[in-house]
Amino acid sequence: MPDATGLELLAGELRDAEPDAILGTLHFRGQATIHANAPHIGTVLEALRAGGYANLMSVHGVDYYPEEPRLGVIYELLDRARRDRIRVKVRVPTDAPRVPSVTPRWPTADHQEREVYDMFGVVFDDHPDLRRILMPEDYEGHPQRRDFPIGGEPILYTKDAGTRQDYTQ
Amino acid sequence: MEIIRQKVAGDRPSPEAMRDFRSRQLTARQLLTGDLDGSEAEEEVEQGVLTTTLAKAGRWSAGNAFMPATFGLACCAIEMITTVAARTDIARFGFEAFRASPRQADLLILSGRVSIKMAPVVRRIYDQMLEPKWAIAMGACSSSMGVFNNYAVVPADKFLPVDVHVPGCPPRPEALLHGILKLRAMVHEDPTLGWRERHGAERTIEVLPDEGEALRKDFAVNVPGATESGQNA
Repeated sequence: MPDATGLELLAGELRDAEPDAILGTLHFRGQATIHANAPHIGTVLEALRAGGYANLMSVHGVDYYPEEPRLGVIYELLDRARRDRIRVKVRVPTDAPRVPSVTPRWPTADHQEREVYDMFGVVFDDHPDLRRILMPEDYEGHPQRRDFPIGGEPILYTKDAGTRQDYTQ
Repeated sequence: MEIIRQKVAGDRPSPEAMRDFRSRQLTARQLLTGDLDGSEAEEEVEQGVLTTTLAKAGRWSAGNAFMPATFGLACCAIEMITTVAARTDIARFGFEAFRASPRQADLLILSGRVSIKMAPVVRRIYDQMLEPKWAIAMGACSSSMGVFNNYAVVPADKFLPVDVHVPGCPPRPEALLHGILKLRAMVHEDPTLGWRERHGAERTIEVLPDEGEALRKDFAVNVPGATESGQNA
C-alpha cells in the first residue's frame, strides 16, 4: 500500500489529469483508498494502470444503508512489480445506480460486475452482457440490498396442507 | 461404536428338526410337480399358500423395492451415500438400486438445500419419474430451509409433494433409513395422496409443454435498459 503521503501524491496526479475524478482519499490501518467519482471510474483506473496498478483483483458491491448514496462499488488494484495494492471506491444512489463498466479494459470484471448487478442492482453501462449471474433471470429485486427481506417466511409442511394457508394459493 | 464378534447363539439344529425341514421341502416340491393329491394336497395348500388381492401384492412389492434416483444436492447426499454403505446397508430392505435416470427411479431423495434456481430442475426430474413415485425431503434445508433461511433457498414443499420429511442437519443414515421405512409402511397402507393434486404432480410428464419454452425466453425481464420496470426501485 502507498503510505498516506504517497496516496495524496497519487490523488493529486489524478486530479491534475481530470479535476472531477477524485472525491477524496482515505488512509486507514495501512490501507489506501481513493474515492472516485462514478462517471470517471474508467479514467481513474486507466491512470492507475499506467502508474503500475495493472491488475484488477476484485470488483465487489456494498450497500451502505442508511447512508446516502447507498450503493458502493469497490475495485481492488494490484501492482505486481512493487507488490503494492490500492483500493478505489465509487458510490451511487439507488435511484440512478449507473457506473461505467470496466469490462472492455479488464475482462476479469465481467462476471464480477454481473454479480454486483445481480446482488445490488448497480447497472454497469457498456457492459457486453449484463445479466443476472446467480439468481434466476426472472427473479425480482436485488437480494443483497439491506432493505431486502432476509426470509423468515412461514414453513408449511405437507401434513398441514389443509389446516393453514396454502403455498399454492 | 464397538463391534463385538461372537458365535451365533444356539447349536446346530437337531437331526429331527433337519429331517422335518427336508420332508417339508419334499412335500412342497411334490405339490408343484402334481404328485400330491387328496387331503395331503389340501393340507399343504392351507399351510403354504397365502391369498391376497393383486393391488395389495403390488403395493407390497412396490414398497419393498424402491429405486431411488441417484441425485444428491448437498452435504446430506454424503449421508445418503453412507446409507447404502456397509453399516446401514439399505440393500437389506431392497432399496439399494439407485438409478441414474429418473425414468427408472421411483423415489426422489432431496438430500440437501434446493436453491431457487435448482427448484425447477428438481421438479422436472420429479415429473419425469414414472408413477407410482414418492419424494423424501432429507434434512432441515429441503424441509424448512434450515440455516439457509434466505432469498436463495426454497423448501421442497413449495414445488413438489413431499411424502416424508427426515429432520436433521444432516440426518444420520439411520434417520434416513427410518424415513424410508416409514415411507414403505405408508406405501403398504396406501393412503389417499391428496397433496399430489394440490401440487399438480400426478402422472408423468413426457414432454415439456410448448408454453414452457416460450416462458423461458420471455423470462429475461431484468435486462437493464430494456424496461425500467425491471429495476428494483
